[in-house]
Amino acid sequence: MDKTAVVPVNGKSPMSTKKPMGQRVKEFVIDYKRQWEIQSMVIPGIIFMIIFCFIPIYGLTIAFKSYTVIDTLDSAPWVGLENFRIILSDKYFWDAVVNTLGISFLKLAIGFVIPIILSIMIYELSGGRFKKIVQTISYLPHFLSWIVLGGMLIAWFSSSGMFNEILLSLGLISKPVNILLDANKYWWIATLSDIWKEAGWGTILYLAIMSKIDPTYYEAAKIDGASRMRQIWNITLPNMKPIISLNLILTVSGLLGSNLDQTLVLMNSQNRVKAEVINSYVYRMGMTQGDFSYATAVGLGVSIVSVILLISANKVSSKLNDNQSVL
Amino acid sequence: MNRTVAKEDLDSRIFNAINIILLCICTVIIVVPLWNVVISSLSSGKALAEGGFIFWSPEFSLENYRAVFQDETIGLAFVVSLAKTFIGVITHVFFCAMIGYGLSKKYIRGRKLYVAMGVITMFFSGGMIPTYLLIKSLGLLNSFWVYIIPALFSYYDVVILMNFFRNVPDSLEESAKIDGAGDWRIFLKIFIPLSMPAMATIALFNGVGQWNDFMTTKLYITDQSLYPLQMKLYEIIVQSQTQSMQNVGGSAIIETTTKGVQLATIVITTLPIVVMYPILQRYFISGMMMGAVKE
Repeated sequence: MDKTAVVPVNGKSPMSTKKPMGQRVKEFVIDYKRQWEIQSMVIPGIIFMIIFCFIPIYGLTIAFKSYTVIDTLDSAPWVGLENFRIILSDKYFWDAVVNTLGISFLKLAIGFVIPIILSIMIYELSGGRFKKIVQTISYLPHFLSWIVLGGMLIAWFSSSGMFNEILLSLGLISKPVNILLDANKYWWIATLSDIWKEAGWGTILYLAIMSKIDPTYYEAAKIDGASRMRQIWNITLPNMKPIISLNLILTVSGLLGSNLDQTLVLMNSQNRVKAEVINSYVYRMGMTQGDFSYATAVGLGVSIVSVILLISANKVSSKLNDNQSVL
Repeated sequence: MNRTVAKEDLDSRIFNAINIILLCICTVIIVVPLWNVVISSLSSGKALAEGGFIFWSPEFSLENYRAVFQDETIGLAFVVSLAKTFIGVITHVFFCAMIGYGLSKKYIRGRKLYVAMGVITMFFSGGMIPTYLLIKSLGLLNSFWVYIIPALFSYYDVVILMNFFRNVPDSLEESAKIDGAGDWRIFLKIFIPLSMPAMATIALFNGVGQWNDFMTTKLYITDQSLYPLQMKLYEIIVQSQTQSMQNVGGSAIIETTTKGVQLATIVITTLPIVVMYPILQRYFISGMMMGAVKE
C-alpha cells in the first residue's frame, strides 16, 4: 500500500512546477493548515531567531549612524562612513590590533601544534589505565571557566605563590616578582594559559579521526621494518591532513578574535598596554564609554576582515590540497 | 629475521618509554597547579602570607571557608548560579528539541526557509552592542530572565537533535498516528523518552556553559543580588588585584584575607563541575561525534 495513503495528514501534495502560481499558494496554505500542530513546534524558534538574531543584525546599521543614548535605532542621524574614518586614525584601536595579532600568532604557532603532538602521543599509548588517566586529566581544565582560571593564575603568580617558589628553588630569580604586572610578559601569559586550558580538549577530535585509520597500514609498515616515528610520519599524519587543514582555516579566520573573558580577568592597569585586544576595546568603547556607534563600527569592520581571511585561507588551502576545498 | 624483530622491539621500547615520560610531565603540569590551589585554600592566613609551598601547606586551617560561608552574598550567588543553570538547561533542551523535532519532518512546509534562517544564525550575529541595545529595549536588563531567554536557542543543538530524531524508525510515528495521536503527543510521549542520551549530552554541555558564563552578567546585570558565583568571584579577584597593587610591600594582612577568600571561592565555584566531571566525560565524546554528523 502507498505510504501517503496510510498517513494522509502529513502527505505533502505532489508539487509540479507547471501549476499556476495561485494554485501553488493555495496548496501551500492548505498543507500549512493541515500541519498546524507540527508547525506550532517550529514557529517559536522562528520568532526567537527573528528577535534575537535578525534584529541585532539589522542593529548593525548604527555603525553608519551617530547614535546617542537618547536616540532610538531609527531616529539616529546617518553619518555614512564617518565612524570608519575615525577608526583609521585611532591610535588605541591599532594598539589593540597589534596586541590581538601578537597573541593570536603566538597561539597559532604554539597552541595549534601542541594538541596534534599530544593526540599522537596519546594514540601511541597501548591503551589501558594510563591512557585513560592521561585523557581524564588533560580534558579537565577545559571545563574551568576563565574567571576561575584567572583567579588561579593570579594566585600562582603572586609574590608568595607557587610560580615564584619554583623559580626561586631553581635559582632562576633571586627575588619574587609578579609577572602579571609585567606588561612585556602578558602575551606569553595569555598564550600559555590558553594552551594549558585547551590543549587536552583539542586532542579529542584528532583522536576520533585517528581511531578510524585502518590498523592494517601499521601492520604492513611494521613488517617492512618502519620505525614508530616513521609510522607516525607516513601513516598517522597523512590521514590527519584534512582535519588539520580544516582546523587551520578556522584558526586563521579567528586571528582577529580573542578571548574576552580571559582578557577581562587578566588585564590590570599595569599590563593594559599589552593586554588590550580588539574585543576588549569594543567592550570598553561601547559599554564603559557609551560610544555605541563607534564600538559597533569597530566590531563590524573586524568581522568583515575575518570573513575575508576565512575565504582567502580556504582558497589557499584548496590550492595546496589539489583543488579540493575543505569547507 | 630474528635480529630485525629484536631491533624493532628496542626501537618500540625506547619510543614507549620517552612517550610515557613526556605524558607524565604533561599530567604533572596540569595536576600540580590545581592541587596547589586546593592546598592553598585550606591554608591559614599566615601560611599564605609567607607562601613558599607547592605540595603541602605548613599550616592548615578552615578560616578561608568560614569567611566565605559567613559572607551572605556568596551564598546568594551560589543560589543564583544553581537556579540559572537548572532553569536554563531544562528550557534550552526542551526548546531545541521541539524545534529539532519539527525540522526533522521532511514534509514540513517552509522547511527550506527555516533551515536557511538557522544556518544564517550560526555564521552571523549583530555583535556585542546591537545585542545589548536589543536586550535593553526588551526590558531584560537587570532581570533574572536575561540568563534564560536569550540562551533558549542554539541552531547547532537543534541540528544535533534533528539528526537524532531522524534515526528513529518512521513506523513508530505511523502506528501512533493510526491510533489517533497528534504530533505533540508523539513528540512528548515517544520521541523525548527515546532521545534521552542526545538530550543529556546537550544538557551537560549547556549546563557547564551556564555555570561558567560570566559575560551575560557583566554586560546586562548591575543588580548585585542577581550576581552568580562567577561574577562574585570576578569581583573578589579585581578587589584583591587592586589591593595587592596598592600596597606593594605594605600590610600583608588585608592582602592575604582577600587571597584566602578568593582561593576558597575558586574551589567552591569549581566543585560542582568536578563532581559532574565523571558523568560529563561519559557523554562528551559521543557529543562531539554527534556534532560532526551534520546534514
